[in-house]
Amino acid sequence: MNVLVKPGSIPPNAPSRKLFSVLDDNGQADPETDPKLELALVRRMYEAMMRNRLLDVRLMKLQRQGRIGFHVGSEGEEAAIIASAAALREQDWIFPCYREIGAALYRNFPLQSYMDNMFGNVNDLAKGRQMPDHVTARQAHFTSITAPIGTQITQAAGFAWAAKIKHQDVVTASYFGDGATSSNDFHAGMNFAGVFQLPTLFLLRNNGWAISIPSEHQSRSRTYADKGLAYGVPGVRVDGNDALAVYAITREAVQRAASGGGPTLIELCTYRAGPHSSSDDPNAYREAMDSEEAQKRDPVKRLRRHLERLQCWSEAEQLAFEERVNAEINVCVEKAEAAAPPSIASMFEEVFEHMPPHLAQQQAQCVDGPRTRKRH
Amino acid sequence: MTQMNMVSAINDALRFEMQNDDRVVVMGEDVGKLGGVFRVTAGLQKEFGEERVIDTPLSETGIIGTAIGMAMGGLRPVPEIQFGDFIYPAVDQLINEAAKYRYRSGGEFTCPMVVRVPVGGGIKGGHYHSQSPETIFVHTAGLKVVCPSNPYDAKGLMLASIRDNDPVLFFEPKRVYRALKMDVPEGEYTVELSRAKVVREGEHVTLVAWGAMLLEAIAAAEEVKEQGVEAEVIDLRTLWPMDTETVVQSVKKTGRLVIVHEAAKACGLGAEMVAQICETAFTHLQAPPRRVTGWDTPFPYTLENEYLPLAHRIVPALLETARF
Repeated sequence: MNVLVKPGSIPPNAPSRKLFSVLDDNGQADPETDPKLELALVRRMYEAMMRNRLLDVRLMKLQRQGRIGFHVGSEGEEAAIIASAAALREQDWIFPCYREIGAALYRNFPLQSYMDNMFGNVNDLAKGRQMPDHVTARQAHFTSITAPIGTQITQAAGFAWAAKIKHQDVVTASYFGDGATSSNDFHAGMNFAGVFQLPTLFLLRNNGWAISIPSEHQSRSRTYADKGLAYGVPGVRVDGNDALAVYAITREAVQRAASGGGPTLIELCTYRAGPHSSSDDPNAYREAMDSEEAQKRDPVKRLRRHLERLQCWSEAEQLAFEERVNAEINVCVEKAEAAAPPSIASMFEEVFEHMPPHLAQQQAQCVDGPRTRKRH
Repeated sequence: MTQMNMVSAINDALRFEMQNDDRVVVMGEDVGKLGGVFRVTAGLQKEFGEERVIDTPLSETGIIGTAIGMAMGGLRPVPEIQFGDFIYPAVDQLINEAAKYRYRSGGEFTCPMVVRVPVGGGIKGGHYHSQSPETIFVHTAGLKVVCPSNPYDAKGLMLASIRDNDPVLFFEPKRVYRALKMDVPEGEYTVELSRAKVVREGEHVTLVAWGAMLLEAIAAAEEVKEQGVEAEVIDLRTLWPMDTETVVQSVKKTGRLVIVHEAAKACGLGAEMVAQICETAFTHLQAPPRRVTGWDTPFPYTLENEYLPLAHRIVPALLETARF
């Protein structure tokens, strides 16, 4: 991929409080900061963001209909997630939080596999062992999703460390929310990466909320990028609703890490437009006004306006795209819903590489034992 | 054959496997230049360099979290937690991550690593340098827990653990580290995981122990011999997955069971073993199974030899069980 990124956007030593941006609300690119990406790439990012949005709409409906148990969406954060993933190289690894399925799908993780996970069926790569939205996507260099908020941060640092020891050209990126900056693993991960100059990116999605806790209750730091200073890790703030800005800064950080320049903390300033998850009701703790402001700055609409300005997207293309994606989603939902649950015996597999006797015994007891009348 | 204590036997195992397999890295607090506070990793950094024998910052979650990432990235990390008492900050990484990666990813991701953990009392360490936290990890599906009682087993179990494809917690009994020397073969050999060993045959009562308490168990068995009681002593060696079968076979012969461990009694591994024996060999029992364990108090400093289940407490339990 031939990408032009203006060097020097990431300050070497001190964190920048300036918000790096390219697109204004109307989709007009600032010629000073525009990374001038190939239009095919911008279109691909836009389509992935739009597809993610359509998926969220559909999955939330499925949850409300009681057809899937849970959904955690990414409405409003599509640029932060997808444009950053787009800026990683094929050999790079993603250590996600639980809101980055869009990154895996951008890397061609099959939609059907995602949907199989949403239904926890026999075809789910996680074999129905995890909640919906907790996928595993090795083929997309995207690790198995976990729920304790920050644990993936140190792991991403460790994976990058292994690559460094083995002299492999691999960069890792951990994604996490603003709430995770309070976790042990954020501190440990930043510290280890700083000390050992590991080729890893800390992609901090500052979406304003950790369930009901607003950002100002999470940290007294003026910005989250400031936190890099304590660890000797450059911190930079990016308009996380501006796909081009997210891409440009992430790409620069990847290049820096790959060339031995060490880690970067990127604060992706975005907004969680929807609830924390299908189990959450934001009306209990925040004013709707916030959402209106976010609507104005909607990352998907903004990138669409940009493409339209460049005559690279039209209303007709939008309608055709939506129709195609919705049809694709329908097929995947239908297939995933029709698939059987995982076998009962499979519950006992892969606890260890080889099944020890006590599990073989319990497996037989369970398989041959009384059956619940509850549906799976 | 060379005479080695447990410290040098584990050091020898690490050195052998680092020469044999360049994926093996050693990491932890003070393990490099100093060679570890117990000197188990002495000389390794000099031989293998700072990139493979890593002095880390002082953060257990950082050590285990990065080790998991390294393991996923194709290395075989052997992280050290300086004292078992300090493992708790890393418990999130061990229980929620290392133990579950294989399962939750349907086998796509694994964490082959050996977490070295000096454990146990008897070194006047008070309750922050004496705990035996095996129960937490035995209770967590997906982790293996190993605890050798002597230098020979320590080396063989270490090599087997590094070559195992699941995460292993390798509990090293500090009290044994320099307590005895024995012949240890140079070069390669392994002791199979999940295989207990009958270290002393006897017909009257089965006595199960591991780690530092194995020596106390043997001493107690010798003592009751004078009173006509022959105890069959089993060294469990791997705590989980447990070799129940070896214990069951012995209990079928003796009809009696005494279990010894340093950890507190409530929900200790002895409780699980008693339950398993009752479930599988109840009709063979001729006496109630007994546990001789640490008390359900924090580990004390001054009175540590009252806390530990030493031979003086094992002897009466053996006699009472044998004569029940």
